[in-house]
Amino acid sequence: MLSRTADNLFWLARYMERAETSARLLEVGARIALMPSAAGYRNEWESLLHASGTADGFARKYGDAVQRNLESWFFFDGDNPSSVMSCIRAARENGRIVRTALTTQVWDALNTAFQELRQLERRPRSELDLSVLTDWTMRNTALVRGSIDATLLRNDGWDFLNLGYFLERADNTARLMDVKYYVLLPRLEFVGSGLDNYQWTTLLRAMSSHRAFHWAYGGEVTAAKIAHFLILNPQCPRSLITCVDGMTTHLDRLARGYQRKTAAQEKARGIQAELAELRVEDIFDEGLHEFLSRFIGDMARAGSVIRDCYLNGDVR
Amino acid sequence: MTSYFNEMYQGHSVRAPYARLQDWMTAMPAELRQMKQAEAEALFRRIGITFAVYGEGGDPDRLIPFDMFPRVFSGAEWAKLERGIKQRARALNAFLVDVYGRGEIVRAGRIPARLVYLNEAYEKAVVGIVPPKGVYSHIVGIDLVRTGPDEFFVLEDNCRTPSGVSYMLENREIMMRMFPDLFRENRIQPVDSYPEILRRTLASVAPQKCDREPTVVILTPGHYNSAYYEHSFLADLMGVELVEGQDLFVEGEFVFMRTTEGPRRVDVIYRRLDDAFIDPLCFRPDSMLGVPGLMDVYRSGGVSICSAPGAGVADDKAVYTYVPEMIRFYLGEEPILNNVPTWQCGKAEDLKYVLAHLNELVVKEVHGSGGYGMLVGPKASADQVELFRARITANPGNYIAQPTLALSTTPTFVAEGIAPRHVDLRPYCLVGERIELVPGGLTRVALTEGSLVVNSSQGGGVKDTWVLAE
Repeated sequence: MLSRTADNLFWLARYMERAETSARLLEVGARIALMPSAAGYRNEWESLLHASGTADGFARKYGDAVQRNLESWFFFDGDNPSSVMSCIRAARENGRIVRTALTTQVWDALNTAFQELRQLERRPRSELDLSVLTDWTMRNTALVRGSIDATLLRNDGWDFLNLGYFLERADNTARLMDVKYYVLLPRLEFVGSGLDNYQWTTLLRAMSSHRAFHWAYGGEVTAAKIAHFLILNPQCPRSLITCVDGMTTHLDRLARGYQRKTAAQEKARGIQAELAELRVEDIFDEGLHEFLSRFIGDMARAGSVIRDCYLNGDVR
Repeated sequence: MTSYFNEMYQGHSVRAPYARLQDWMTAMPAELRQMKQAEAEALFRRIGITFAVYGEGGDPDRLIPFDMFPRVFSGAEWAKLERGIKQRARALNAFLVDVYGRGEIVRAGRIPARLVYLNEAYEKAVVGIVPPKGVYSHIVGIDLVRTGPDEFFVLEDNCRTPSGVSYMLENREIMMRMFPDLFRENRIQPVDSYPEILRRTLASVAPQKCDREPTVVILTPGHYNSAYYEHSFLADLMGVELVEGQDLFVEGEFVFMRTTEGPRRVDVIYRRLDDAFIDPLCFRPDSMLGVPGLMDVYRSGGVSICSAPGAGVADDKAVYTYVPEMIRFYLGEEPILNNVPTWQCGKAEDLKYVLAHLNELVVKEVHGSGGYGMLVGPKASADQVELFRARITANPGNYIAQPTLALSTTPTFVAEGIAPRHVDLRPYCLVGERIELVPGGLTRVALTEGSLVVNSSQGGGVKDTWVLAE
C-alpha cells in the first residue's frame, strides 16, 4: 500500500486512542479532586497536565488550573493538540484522506463521531456534565475500534492501524501511571495510606480496569499488585506488555506479508524481551517514574523506527 | 414572456416518461416528503459527499442540495442523445490528434490557425505525440440543455477532467434506498457499471512499454480539493490507488509510487489536476502538486496520462463553435446534436452585434468555468451590463455570447410544494479502445425560481437522472 496511506492509518489509530486517554485523564482528575488532600486539588490537576504533556499550553491560555477550564482544555480546546476534539478531528481528517482503505462502517463511525462532537460543542457547557463527555468519548472510540475489528480486511492496512493503537496505548498507560508519581511526589509518608490506595483505585477506574483487577488479584489493593497488573500482566488489555506483544504481532505479520525483516521488528522484540524478564521488584528498585520515563522514550524510538521502515516513502 | 418546455407536463397531460411519477408525487404527503428530504441530507452528510466552494470560506462541509424529484428520459430520447454524444467525443479526439500532428483541419481552412496555435490551452510540449489508441480525452463531459421535445443543444464540452460523476452514482444509490418502490414500478436502466467501465477504459490505453496487467492510479491535488470526495470515491469503486504528487517519483524510464514495500511501477495516471500542475519541470515550476520528470516519461511512452496533456484546446469556448465543423471534417457526418449559436466577440461584426444586444444575451469568458465571470443579460442590472460592456470592449477576444436559451424545466420540490425549475444535463462519455456511455448523467437544477444558472457554486442542486428501458 502507499506509504502515505499507511501513515494516515497509523495516525488515525493513534489519535483515536489519544482521544480516549484525554477523556480518561479528565475522569482521573475529577475523581481525585473529590478527595481532600494535603496539597489541595490544584496539584492533582497539574499532575494531569504534566502527564498529558500539555502543561505549558494550558498555563499560557488559562493560567490557574480551575476544573471548568481543565474540562474545556482536555475536551473541546482546539489549542490543545491532545484534546478529544483535536484528536477526533485529526483522526477523521486522516480517515477522509484514506477513505479507500476504510470500510463504510469504519468511516461512518468516525464521521458520525465528528459530526456529533460538533453538535456537543454548540451546547451550553453547563448542560454537559463531565460524565456525559467521558462516556460519549468511550462509546465513540469503542464504535470506531469495533467497526475496525468487525469489518476491515486483515491486510497490511489493518496491521498499521493496530500498530498505531498499541503504540499509543502503551505510551498512554505509562503516562497515566506516571500521574500517580507526580501526585505522590511531595509527601512520601502517604505511601500505603488510605489516600494512596484511593488514588491507585481511581487510576484503575480510569482504565476501566477496576473490576478486572479484583478478578485477577483479589484482596488488598497494593502498589505492587497494580504495577504488576498495568505493566506486566498479559491479561490486562491496557498493560504495557499486552501492547508491546500486540506491536510485535503486527510487525511480524507485516514482515511475513512483505517477506522482509525490519529494524522495527527487532526494536519491538527487544522491548518485549525486557518486559518478559522483568519483576515488579525490579521496577520499584529502578523507581517507577524512572522506569516509566524510560519506557515512554522507548516507545518514541519504536515509533520513529516504524516510520523509517514503512511510512516515510523512502522504502527501497 | 418566454415559454419554457416542461419535461413532465404538456398542458394538462403528463408526458409518457413521467407517467408513473404523477401518482407518486400526489400520494406523498408534505410531512413524508420533509422526512425523506431530511433523511437524504443525513445520508449525504454521513457518506461525506460535500462540496467546498473556492474562495467562499464558510462551511467546508457544505452539501450540494439534492432534489428528490427525478429527471426522466425515455429510451428513444436517450438513444438519440447517446449517438450525438459519442459522435462528438470521437470528433473532439480526432481534432486533438490532428492539431498536435499535421493540423489538417487548419490547413484546410476549416478553423483559424490563431484559435488553435495561439490558444492558451495549446501545449507545445506535446506536439507530435499520439497517445495510446489515439485518445487525448478519455472522459468527455458534455453539457446539454433542452428547449423542446426534440431540441437539445450542447452548451459546452469538457475534455479535461469533468467532475460530478460521483453525484450521478450517489444520487441513484440514495434514491434506490429511499424509494425502492419507484424502481420496481419503473424500468430504470442502471448506472452502477460506470466505475468498472472507467477502469477498463483507462487500462485499455496503457502505454506501449507496459507488458503486464496495467497499474492504474488516480492523481489528486489532495484532500483540500473541493472534488476530493469524488477522487477517493472513484478510486475506491475502481479498486485503484489514490495518489498525490508526493507519492510518485520518476526513475529511469518509468513512474513509481512510494509504497510500504518499496517502489511500484505505475502505468496509467487518471489525473484530476490541470496540465499546469502535473510536472514542475515542464510546466509551472512552482507546482508542489505534480511529479518532476513525469512529462519525459510520458513522451517516451513509459506512462499514460488521462486526459492527455493538451486536451484542453478542444474544450475552449472559442473552439467550441467549430465542433460541428470537426464532425463534418473528420467523420464525414452531420452533427446529431446542435451547438448553441455563438457570437465571438473577437470578430468585429459579432462584437458589434453583441454590444448592441447585451440585454438579451448570455456572455461568458472564453476560459471561465463554474458560472463565474458570466453575464445573463435579461436578468442583469443596468450596472452589471455596463460593467460587461467595458470588459468586453477592453478585451473582446476573451468573450463569447449566446442567446438566452429557454432551458427546459422539470418538477422540483421547493418550500411551497412542487414547482418547475430549470435543468441541464452532463453525461460522461468514456473513450478508450471503445467509446461507452452509461445511461444517465448529472442533472443540475437551478433551485431559485426563474434562475437559469445551475452551477453548484451559484446555488444549484442535483437530481437523479433516469433513462427508461424500452
